[in-house]
Amino acid sequence: MRYVSLGLLLFGFWLALSGHYTAFLITIGALSTLFCVAVARRANALDDEGQPVHLFFGTLTYYPWLMWEIAKSGWTVTKIILNPRLPISPTMIKVRAGQKTAAGIATYANSITLTPGTMTVGVDGHDLTVHALVREGALDLKEGGMDRRVRRFEKGL
Amino acid sequence: MFVAATLAILAAMALAVVRAIKGPTVFDRVLAGNSMGSLAILLLAAVGFLTGRPEFLDIGLTYGLLNLIGTLAVLRFFRHGDLAYDPGTKRRR
Amino acid sequence: MQMAMEIASWALILSGSFFVVVGMVGLVRMPELYTRMHAASVTDTLGAGLLIFGMMLQAGLSLVTLKLVFLLALYIFTAPVVTHALARAALHEDVKPLLGRLRAPTLLTRRSKVKSGRRS
Repeated sequence: MRYVSLGLLLFGFWLALSGHYTAFLITIGALSTLFCVAVARRANALDDEGQPVHLFFGTLTYYPWLMWEIAKSGWTVTKIILNPRLPISPTMIKVRAGQKTAAGIATYANSITLTPGTMTVGVDGHDLTVHALVREGALDLKEGGMDRRVRRFEKGL
Repeated sequence: MFVAATLAILAAMALAVVRAIKGPTVFDRVLAGNSMGSLAILLLAAVGFLTGRPEFLDIGLTYGLLNLIGTLAVLRFFRHGDLAYDPGTKRRR
Repeated sequence: MQMAMEIASWALILSGSFFVVVGMVGLVRMPELYTRMHAASVTDTLGAGLLIFGMMLQAGLSLVTLKLVFLLALYIFTAPVVTHALARAALHEDVKPLLGRLRAPTLLTRRSKVKSGRRS
């Protein structure tokens, strides 16, 4: 199942990038797809974490939501940068990640880093160390809105 | 419109160069270098649209992958003093 | 319809250019490494995202749009990896973050002397 999905993904990638559809090029693409799948299999890279197929439908709603969050916090950071007084108050806090799987925690940590104004500097099990540009950002994170959203995403919604 | 985007990206690159020259620590320079890389991808895309040759996007994709690898390699080098550092074996430094 | 698309892509590309420049201005203005990384992430996510969305509207439905989607995915997946690795490496080398409420005038004079708590 995972091999098939990875293979389809890679082959689609090849087709999208090449743009020439002659028999020769498609054969080469199929061969290199097989080679890549074999390498991934040999490296044992295909498990829940490496190829999380069960999360696919979640991404369809999760990423638009994340982009909206990025836009909001990006605007906040922009206002701070353009403010002549540069009102920053850098904060380091520990945040508890409520996700159950490693892929969920990684998604949460990456989402924190992606939104401007907060970034994950350390992960230790379920404890994330987060650096925030302003105190308010750290407090927002502590409230756990994003944590709940990622937990919902983890369940495949 | 793409002229404006290209000029903005070039201005941003100039600012990144300022940080790369000033940067007190090596990490500031790595950060500026990585930003330069991301801006270069955007510049490639914008110039591709400007000249009507979308093939530039392929170069941009390749450059993005190389940018990631390059930044990680530089960080690894400064952290361990060795590109082939393996925590399992003995420390070489 | 064509007109609306044109205006939307204009707006997206111009605002994307704005955020790209703002992020790099922040990179120059911010007082130390970790705050600079926040500024750089404005360029990497918001600026790049808006520019790419604007270009998608220009390209219409074609292979070019698909490539732009790949480019956006590349940004979304690699930017946090690099930021995280950079922060880890800097903490490992004992580059300590400034913490607490800061104001621009004091930053310039006290920058090298401030002792701040590291993460526990």
